[in-house]
Amino acid sequence: MADLLQTEEYKVNLEVFEGPLDLLLYLIKKDELDVYDIQIGRITTQYMEYLELMKILNLEIAGDFIVMASTLMLIKSRMLLPDEERGPVDEDDEDDPRWDLVRQLVEYKKFKDAAGFLEYLEEEQENIFSREGEHVELGLHPDVGMSDVGIFDLISALNQALDRAPEEELGEIFSEQFTVTEKVDVLLKMTGKGRSVSLGRLFLGMRSRQEIVCTFLAVLELIKLNRLAARQDGHFEEIVIEQVEGNEPESVLKEDEDGTDEY
Amino acid sequence: MSNIETLPELKEIIGSLLFAAKKSVTAKEIRKTLVGAGKNYGGLYEQFASVRENDILAVVEELKMELIQGSTGLSIADVAGGFRLQNEMNCGPWVRTFLDKDRSAKLSKPALETLAIVAYRQPVLRSEIESVRGVAVDHVLRNLVELQLVKVVARSELPGRPWLFGTTQRFLEHFGLKCLEDMPGMDELKRMELDEDKPEQTESLPGME
Repeated sequence: MADLLQTEEYKVNLEVFEGPLDLLLYLIKKDELDVYDIQIGRITTQYMEYLELMKILNLEIAGDFIVMASTLMLIKSRMLLPDEERGPVDEDDEDDPRWDLVRQLVEYKKFKDAAGFLEYLEEEQENIFSREGEHVELGLHPDVGMSDVGIFDLISALNQALDRAPEEELGEIFSEQFTVTEKVDVLLKMTGKGRSVSLGRLFLGMRSRQEIVCTFLAVLELIKLNRLAARQDGHFEEIVIEQVEGNEPESVLKEDEDGTDEY
Repeated sequence: MSNIETLPELKEIIGSLLFAAKKSVTAKEIRKTLVGAGKNYGGLYEQFASVRENDILAVVEELKMELIQGSTGLSIADVAGGFRLQNEMNCGPWVRTFLDKDRSAKLSKPALETLAIVAYRQPVLRSEIESVRGVAVDHVLRNLVELQLVKVVARSELPGRPWLFGTTQRFLEHFGLKCLEDMPGMDELKRMELDEDKPEQTESLPGME
């Protein structure tokens, strides 16, 4: 279990959480852009930056993310062509190369909203019991994801931390000093007794990028195991992590072994 | 045959049935019970056997109102095509404490999204869900099937005969929905005139309006 970061098996499966469309919507919302008039160059650059980050984190980048990257590039290149060279045009809509993507985003957004409605209903139903007290229970291990803070918010926080970290000297080889397992222990100690810790502060004073990345992966792991919760009071405000009450403090990394995601 | 002195009103009977039921009860089931009790007990008991479903619906509405007006802490909800006697939402914390229940686990965002797509687009192929969400949904979909919120409803006529997914009765119960039409924007999100890029799927899907 040691040196998790070094082994290829240790990958956080991002695809279970969110996909490329989520990322695009996130970027669009973050910059308050109009979905119908996306600045494709800017979005593409930001999108590629996030992919880069995911690579640093050794996150498993689903093929879908790569496909979207090439779609963005294609659109970007077509936008550069003068109108008449873009190929056959059937309808009015079709002469904007962004249209397919916009339509996909808009449709996806609608379902995201519908999902929000279901979430609201679910919350309501939580307080309703029928005669047997048997409202539908989902069991102990439902598909718990990151409920409060999205994965991209977390990655954003990591990005800031990495920016602050001093560039490492080239030419010098560091021995691997940090492991995810070790950071898991540190995190659990820090958040013990109901203390909450701001994610930004967590990274302060860390000198090496490896330490930051290990810490971040430990946070992801603990959230995935439902030991920690990440909260954010408003968009782009500080993210705070705290322990989830009533979870057994044993065998933190065990669950990963039974390969919950293989199919 | 029986030693009841006065017969109850229809309203009382229906109220007691809702109390005894473990899941939501339809007007049809209530009617069947009335007929059945008439047969079993005979005599005076047969007088409710001729009650029509419309009368039952009207009485349920009456009961609903009286429960609210009487501040009983109880209410009748339209769930999954029937009626369910349940506590008022604002009493939930006490009921939860009494039953010694933890806060139940919630569905994750990807699960809710996938569920929303299945609910609006059913019967739907996995590939269609994936094209809306832009990611593979294998894992999430499998979880939803395990939780009995989604089920396989048919096989499509496409090559390989892939499965078509739909929502379950349990889905309605879990979210306290009366029926699928109860979801907002059903008309809009249902299945828009499908785009040029996947015509081969629309043509061969069975059971679509």
